[in-house]
Amino acid sequence: MISLVYAVIFILLAPVIGGLLSGIDRKVTAHMQGRVGPSIFQPFYDVGKLFEKDPAEVNGTQRFYVISYFVFAVFTGALFFAGGDLLLVVFALTLAEVFLVLGAYAAYSPYSHVGAERELLQVMAYEPIMILSAVGIYMVTGSFAVSDILAYPMLLVILLPGLFLGFLYALTIKLRKSPFDISTSHHAHQEIVKGVTTEFSGPNLGFIEVTHWYELVFLLGFTYLFFAANWIVGIIAVIIVFLLELFIDNTNARVKWQLAVKSTWAITLLVAIVNLAVLACVVVV
Amino acid sequence: MKNTHSSFRVDVSVQYLLFLILFPLLVALFMPVVRRDTERGWIVKLSALAIGIVTVLALVTLYDKGTVYLGGFDVAPVNLLLFGLEMAMAALLLWYAVKYRHYLALALVAVQTALIIWFEATCSSAADVAYPLFSDSFSLIMALIIGIIGSLICVYSLGYMRHFYEHHPEIPDRTGTFFLIIFVFISAMFGLVFSNSLVWVYFFWEVTTLCSFLLIGYTKTDEAIRNSFTALWMNVLGGVAFIIALIWLAAVPGGMLSLDQVLASGKALILIPAALIGFAGLTKAAQMPFSSWLVGAMVAPTPVSALLHSSTMVKAGVYILVRLAPVYAFTATGLALSMVGAITFLVASGIAISQTNAKRVLAYSTIANLGLVVACAGIGTYEAIWAAILLIIFHAIAKSLLFLSVGTVEHRIRSRDIEDMNGLITRTPKLAAMMVIGIAGMFLAPFGMLISKWAAIQAFINAPFGFVLVIILAFGSALTVFFWAKWMGKLLVVTPDKENIEGAVDKNEWIALVSLAGLTTVTCFIFPIISKILIEPFLLANYGNIARLSQDNILIMMMMLFLIVVLPLSILLPHRKHRQLPPYMGGVVTAPDMHFENALGAKTPLSLGNYYLGGWFGETKLRTAGIYVCGVFIAVMFVTALAGGIVL
Repeated sequence: MISLVYAVIFILLAPVIGGLLSGIDRKVTAHMQGRVGPSIFQPFYDVGKLFEKDPAEVNGTQRFYVISYFVFAVFTGALFFAGGDLLLVVFALTLAEVFLVLGAYAAYSPYSHVGAERELLQVMAYEPIMILSAVGIYMVTGSFAVSDILAYPMLLVILLPGLFLGFLYALTIKLRKSPFDISTSHHAHQEIVKGVTTEFSGPNLGFIEVTHWYELVFLLGFTYLFFAANWIVGIIAVIIVFLLELFIDNTNARVKWQLAVKSTWAITLLVAIVNLAVLACVVVV
Repeated sequence: MKNTHSSFRVDVSVQYLLFLILFPLLVALFMPVVRRDTERGWIVKLSALAIGIVTVLALVTLYDKGTVYLGGFDVAPVNLLLFGLEMAMAALLLWYAVKYRHYLALALVAVQTALIIWFEATCSSAADVAYPLFSDSFSLIMALIIGIIGSLICVYSLGYMRHFYEHHPEIPDRTGTFFLIIFVFISAMFGLVFSNSLVWVYFFWEVTTLCSFLLIGYTKTDEAIRNSFTALWMNVLGGVAFIIALIWLAAVPGGMLSLDQVLASGKALILIPAALIGFAGLTKAAQMPFSSWLVGAMVAPTPVSALLHSSTMVKAGVYILVRLAPVYAFTATGLALSMVGAITFLVASGIAISQTNAKRVLAYSTIANLGLVVACAGIGTYEAIWAAILLIIFHAIAKSLLFLSVGTVEHRIRSRDIEDMNGLITRTPKLAAMMVIGIAGMFLAPFGMLISKWAAIQAFINAPFGFVLVIILAFGSALTVFFWAKWMGKLLVVTPDKENIEGAVDKNEWIALVSLAGLTTVTCFIFPIISKILIEPFLLANYGNIARLSQDNILIMMMMLFLIVVLPLSILLPHRKHRQLPPYMGGVVTAPDMHFENALGAKTPLSLGNYYLGGWFGETKLRTAGIYVCGVFIAVMFVTALAGGIVL
């Protein structure tokens, strides 16, 4: 069931792949904006530099939250790639996220405080679709275990088109892309102060950046699940989804949080009811 | 299953049951007589200890015995005595209703009393069931919750009530009466979970109604009286439904006034009384539209809230629903019941977001979690019941811890407002740690409530029309994350003025807090064992199937728990010296105590407030919606029951 090997491979390779994807992200984004952009290795240089910086923090508890955020985000991805239980993966992801939020709260700074509240709003917005995606996948494959889901012979996206769309919608939030980069954005489009990460600097910020790479790889892995039956289709789909997210990021202005939460919920509700109801009928028949 | 022979040869172990029911009653009778605080303190502590020990003894001797019945004596005189006591209770309630001119309560109590008399006059022979008492592993779980958590709350009350009267000198000191009611309450709860005879269940049910009425109105302020009557009329309404169910069951040929007979009979026969008892359960478990009594109960001293919310009262409501779950399973009636619970979960979680009063947040969270239990009971499959029992256990522990720590903090900061709890981690570090453990226990992986929610999701998916419940659960659960995490964040703020105001916390309060915090963590580690020796036998006996987490998942949960326990130690790791800088204030000149100059040049202290999103999650709006929707589903529940319970 659980394969420790894949977990270890994830832990070792995810930052490399995630960092490179971040670099590609910046390059593509730059081209979309008519700039040349940095080298695709730039994220590694940036993070390297962050770790060299003199550590400075607002208070002594911040490090604990950052490390916990890092550990549980890595744990989430490792559990996923090891073939673990999809629901547990979603819950572990929330746990990691809560640690980041608590770190932002602990700083007692107006900007990071607002960032923390908004991050929680985002969690509240995307959690239903994450759970329901897992539930939909279970209804089709009869298992929550990622290892079993991968063995399912049919493209899941054909049976779960609604949930996949809902997942894509929420993915924009998770990747911190416009129009839903309301707590902090990965690329600075319009803000001067970086929301939930305002009060993190130096190595702490470096950790958060690396954590983001891990999350990126995990989320693309989740996307791959919908196409797992055919790995070529799967990889192409993941690339398209990634480029699509970049496109959305660069063609949309940030919206207010109200719209972000409401629209995500509305779409989740719609696709979940329709998709799951159809599935339930199919299962009964 | 039925261990008929051993019940005649009265097993020593069975006497624990009698002890647990009668001993608290005995202690209660002593309470008004004892005048001095120290004496009362010792009696309460020793009795609490005795109750706790006997509960554990009962567990140790009975856990592998399956279902044990106790009977073989003449039940008729006992039933007559109970009838007499019910009449006395009714007289007391009528007197109160007349005194405070609450005519709704008066009318309902009168109706209920009339029904009881009618039942006694016409059906009393049917009430003589052979084995009025019994015990199985679910009873034992409930007994553990009542015996351990209830006892800890008693011990906590010793410290709390002293402070309470220091803070409220205007309220006459009736501590003796307070403990009298609390011990009667505990006795009644034990009676309820060990009764096989439904007439006895009903009697203890009514005792809990009376006790909660008296406790909510304990301070006798106008608000307290008003809220106690709300609790009274809602619960008596449930009681009326319950007694009608009894009359119905007595009319069934042969009589069906014991739990084992009810569960052994066919669904079609008893769906209507089961729906009536389910309705009574909904009132007692404070499900919408009857949620307001539990929120109103917050006016009572904090230990009362803790007791009502965690180990008694509301748990009596869900207990009876879980007992009757096999009857609801796979019927439209059960599905409607589930929908009441699920909608309550969603709506109450939403309302909790908009509340700033900590006790109200806790109240709505209780209502929400009970909703989840009700939803599981209505589904009634073995997986759902597994989830329901886990929810009952974990909720009882974490919620009592939260109530008690809020109570202790309230005496420090003179407020129960979450906004006033800013930076408690620096002001009252130990108490804040207790609260954080409690909150984590309520919503984070890998703690108890999350395990239970996970189990509930699994159970719902595999049930007919369960996907509707799953969708509701997914949304409700997201709301839960929001309100708990922002509260937790508020506590963990590191404020610059690090004045510690914790002071000396009363020793009795500490005993309770530390034990409960320990239990919150330890139960997560040992829940596979609890599941194996207590829940699985119950499921096997009643459903012929068992639910559990896979070995892999248990292992992963343990890893997460281990990480959670170990990670805080990372602060102690050697590391490069960190410079401490003030937070970023957008370039505004800020003093070290976070005062800054505003646009008019005045010194302004920095203050940060949480989001409460009143526009979306306002109490009035959501509650009204919840009341109507749940009201409709309750109607559906009865209509389908009358229609013979459309089988899904």
